[in-house]
Amino acid sequence: MAPQNKRIEVTLESVLESVDLAESIVMRVSDAAGFGEDDCHRIGMSIREGVINAYNYGNQKDRKKKIFFTIVFEPEKMVVRILDQGPGFELSAVPDPLAEENLLRTSGRGIFLMRAFMDEFIVKHGPEGGAELIMAKRLPDSRHDNGGSASSPEKES
Amino acid sequence: MTLHATCRDNSDVAVVDFSGRITLGEGSALLRDTIRNLTIIGKKKILLNLADVDYIDSAGIGELVGAYTTVANASGELKLLNLTKRVHDLLQITKLVTVFDVQNEEWTAIHSFK
Repeated sequence: MAPQNKRIEVTLESVLESVDLAESIVMRVSDAAGFGEDDCHRIGMSIREGVINAYNYGNQKDRKKKIFFTIVFEPEKMVVRILDQGPGFELSAVPDPLAEENLLRTSGRGIFLMRAFMDEFIVKHGPEGGAELIMAKRLPDSRHDNGGSASSPEKES
Repeated sequence: MTLHATCRDNSDVAVVDFSGRITLGEGSALLRDTIRNLTIIGKKKILLNLADVDYIDSAGIGELVGAYTTVANASGELKLLNLTKRVHDLLQITKLVTVFDVQNEEWTAIHSFK
């Protein structure tokens, strides 16, 4: 069941500590929303990867730039948005980390993990630039109600 | 949870017992420094015991891959021991179980080095 507070907005500094902070916030919120331990782990890791992406690649560790982190509860899902102030990127340009030639690369697995662990994942250009990662996880109760189908977060927004 | 590393020798294999999280920042840096130091002193058989590591993020995975490459480039071998279920699942979905030699028992692992 979705908690009473339907929307949580946090503005994060572009510092390493923000990665742990965002992860701990979403883990607590997910637990309160009734997600099981494994799902909380997957959600926490996805948000961690999203904030790493914003900190490392989007804002390029520039402390003057912010990371806007939002959790919204919709009737059937929890939607998380992570917006940076970088140049943005195209999802189609991200190399496939499972390709044979990329297996020994030391980076480039964050997007893959977010896609693997969340039910929905898209990347948009933010309204004022930057990349906005939008990901969603169906709420535990809704999985029984809708047979596992879910619409794109983009359509819902 | 901070990452801790303890190095010991078992036969001619350098075994590193890690505990904690291998994540972006201090954790991934400790893994990198540990491997670099072992290769500098000439260790060519390295076994990473991850029994007490229940969390690795993409930076940690990248560091493990970097460690594998560093040791291989020094004509050595790096193997993983005692993966927790979550870490094993992570290596499975990233297809890195096809890269790493993953062992479940230290004695067997020690004797599997060439």
